[in-house]
Amino acid sequence: MESFSAALDLFFLSPFREMTALPDLLLQVIWEGFVSGILYALIALGFVLIYKASAVFNFAQGIMVVFAALVLVSLFDLGVPAWLALILTIGVMGILALSIERLVLRKLVNQHEAILLMATIGLTLVLKGAGQLVFGGEPKSMITEELGLSTGSSDWEVFDGIVIFQHIDIAAAVIAIIMVAALALFFSRTRIGRALRAVADDHQAALSVGISLNQIWAIVWFASGIVALVTGIMWGARSDVSFALEIIALKALAVLILGGFTSVPGAIVGGLIVGIGEKLFEVYWGPIFGGGVEAWFAYVLALIFLLFRPQGMFGERHIERI
Amino acid sequence: MLYREAGQFKTSYSADQALLPIAQDRIGLLFILVVAFIALPMFASDFFISSIMIPFLVFSLAAIGLNILMGYAGQLSLGTGAFMGVGAYSCYKITSLFPDLNILLVLFLSGFFSAGIGVVFGLPSLRIKGLYLAITTLAAQFFLEWCFIRIGWLYNYNDSGAIEVPQRMLFGLAITGPHATPVTRYLVILTIVSVMTLIAANVLRGRIGRSWMMIRDMDIAAELMGIRPLFSKLSAFAFSSYYCGVAGALMVFFWLGSAEVESFDINHSFLIMFMVIIGGMGSLTGCFMGAAFIWVLPVILRAIPPAFELNILAATMEHVSSIITGVLIIFFLIVEPHGLARLWRVGKEKLRTWPFPYAT
Amino acid sequence: MSANVDTQSIGDVQASTRENTALDAKELLLSVDNVTLTFGGVKAISDISFNILKGEIRAIIGPNGAGKTSMLNVINGFYHPQKGRISYRGKTRKRMKPYQAASSGIARTFQNVALFSGMSTLDNIMSGRSLKMKRGLFWQMLNVGPARREEIEHREYVEQIIDFLEIAHIRKQPVGKLPYGLQKRVELGRAMAMEPELLLLDEPMAGMNLEEKEDMSRFILDLNSEFGTTIALIEHDMGVVMDLADRVVVLDYGQKIADGTPMEVQSNQNVIDAYLGVAH
Repeated sequence: MESFSAALDLFFLSPFREMTALPDLLLQVIWEGFVSGILYALIALGFVLIYKASAVFNFAQGIMVVFAALVLVSLFDLGVPAWLALILTIGVMGILALSIERLVLRKLVNQHEAILLMATIGLTLVLKGAGQLVFGGEPKSMITEELGLSTGSSDWEVFDGIVIFQHIDIAAAVIAIIMVAALALFFSRTRIGRALRAVADDHQAALSVGISLNQIWAIVWFASGIVALVTGIMWGARSDVSFALEIIALKALAVLILGGFTSVPGAIVGGLIVGIGEKLFEVYWGPIFGGGVEAWFAYVLALIFLLFRPQGMFGERHIERI
Repeated sequence: MLYREAGQFKTSYSADQALLPIAQDRIGLLFILVVAFIALPMFASDFFISSIMIPFLVFSLAAIGLNILMGYAGQLSLGTGAFMGVGAYSCYKITSLFPDLNILLVLFLSGFFSAGIGVVFGLPSLRIKGLYLAITTLAAQFFLEWCFIRIGWLYNYNDSGAIEVPQRMLFGLAITGPHATPVTRYLVILTIVSVMTLIAANVLRGRIGRSWMMIRDMDIAAELMGIRPLFSKLSAFAFSSYYCGVAGALMVFFWLGSAEVESFDINHSFLIMFMVIIGGMGSLTGCFMGAAFIWVLPVILRAIPPAFELNILAATMEHVSSIITGVLIIFFLIVEPHGLARLWRVGKEKLRTWPFPYAT
Repeated sequence: MSANVDTQSIGDVQASTRENTALDAKELLLSVDNVTLTFGGVKAISDISFNILKGEIRAIIGPNGAGKTSMLNVINGFYHPQKGRISYRGKTRKRMKPYQAASSGIARTFQNVALFSGMSTLDNIMSGRSLKMKRGLFWQMLNVGPARREEIEHREYVEQIIDFLEIAHIRKQPVGKLPYGLQKRVELGRAMAMEPELLLLDEPMAGMNLEEKEDMSRFILDLNSEFGTTIALIEHDMGVVMDLADRVVVLDYGQKIADGTPMEVQSNQNVIDAYLGVAH
């Protein structure tokens, strides 16, 4: 009986006690979680864009983030000034989008979504191999300052302690929120936005009302590429640009489940839940398990969530008609 | 003309339902078995056996496991690596605890542990479908990986966190451990894989395999035929995880000789998934073709530069093989979504009517 | 001596059973009592009651959206009515699952053909035998003896169905490639393979030409007379309904507006207004 209540205390009470004991630490942890949540949300946003517009789950989104960042950094290393490098990278992502549309997507119109998913898996392999071949496998540092982003930090004294805010993180949060707002408006208000939603619903039907699938897909993948570039810059500014990021991108799947596959604001909400939840769990419950729980918490959280709400938080209930 | 089934009329249902109804297929398989069991051990080099044949067989078995889940039951899985790990670690623990138990028996038992874990992580499949189900398998993959590191008991608390395979004997021959020769290990694996493939083929053709395919194609209609979705989905997870678990144990005990957590990471899950996709989902021969392809391609590519005296790093060739694999996956999906196996079958069809270009 | 007595009594028993069967032939098989089904705010079925007698062919007709398919779904166990009950063979069921409906002897075809697209015709119909196959995993793995015999036994039954439906020439073809009319026939075969007591057919003749309709009608009639299967049939073609059905129930906007023999229903004013129209 004693060990049972001790266990209960360990799981359900002492972590909260610890939280209140050092409130500045709590704030720091929440802030760190917030920031990584924003970054997860950005990755998820790339997925949502493509999924919303074509019902394709772009497995290659993670590698696109790495790829975009690598192109940017490599161009700069070759001596190209930062702003020009940025513009050129945007161009490269555009070309990438067009080639993907032309060589891969166009040939797979109307196929089952599983096949398209697997095609993006193949794409991941190609981009990974090409990326490593062209750019080399060692981690590189992001050209943060050269892009005009502040790398300093500010301290905030609160609760008898300090909470440290990196400026880059604040910048990331602001940029992310602006992007989300812009995209949400784009989808609901504009003609192209409507066309994108039509394409996601039914390829053939969209074609038959005269929507140019090819154009739409090229636009969407390009937009997703831009989001990938921004994500790459932000991630790279916090921790170097390396291929390890690709695996972290898998966490975006958990974000998508919580936020829904087609909801732009949902990506942010989901991202924040995952980011903050993960950090809190690791810091306050992690020691009980021996640490390292960040590796799986997001997925388990999404899993538990799915059991109660199989369509995700913002998703629509899929009614099968027979 | 060679590949005709002319004159081969079936006079009973059992003949019609046989695994290989066409005589030429039976002869072909016999030939392959003779080569595998007799010719290769006698004539092939140790390198070929240890670096090509053994991995090929181990991955084929894992691919069969994954294919049962993805190709026949239609459930997406990214946790193959972890399930292989469960099999490997259980085998290690059981043989550490009972060193006198025949290693083959231990192998047989360890599969049940991965089957059990598979069922647990398969439970959500009753409420969750499609892409959402992938998250369950991802959760399994990362959680189990974490367990492999954190639970010291699994690797007998040794400092490096890795497991070393102890020597085990069969009929007076060392079949695992440093003294086991490649040929011995190869023959053991070959026998196990052959038997398990036969069993899989039988199950897939029968009532249970059919029920998996029914759930895959239209689970609502399947329920109407009296299939219990619970039982069917979980049995698919169980069966598939059993095969992956045994493959994992084979990988550690008969191929690598030792293992660390990295041997069972997400990259391995992807590797096996690529094999299944390229080989052909829903096809047993496809598993072998896919495994051969994905495993042998990098080996060949790595051997090219020295052969042509080009100074290219091995790492570079690996990246090239990544690119080629990716391109081929996309190519197959565009041209023949059912992979190499379907290409092979179409090729055989064409052979049947050769030299005529069309089939009646 | 005792042998003679036995044979005599058997003969007597047979004769009286035949009498009883004649009486029982029109017993109640399914009874729908005050069933109401709503989806959100939409009332798909409002307080409908009717019954189906054993051995008859019952047609359910009405305009689109009247709730006919929903009605079948309720009988099947896919949907659960908010109010009312279904009684099958005298037993009332609360929330029945589809596989329970299947095991109690109810089979079904669908409006949009729900075949297993990855499998051949033969495999699809064999899948209908799933409930009857009992051999466990162990024998399945070995595929000798009991499992094999069971498979062959069921294969023989399925081949009889294939002969009956005249689809022998396509038995090994994947069903996804078959023309629509043949797919419907395969689906019928699959339902038949379950040896059902009650067969629910949802627009089995949709999209068929006259010749195909005649074939399908023949199959349905033979099913009813040879195998004794009770049939509930949703159908739009009034000619078919008049020829095949023993009794008809007419639905409109989720409500029952007529119930009786085809003749009675055809001359019912409500039905004419709602659905049939007047011949010009």
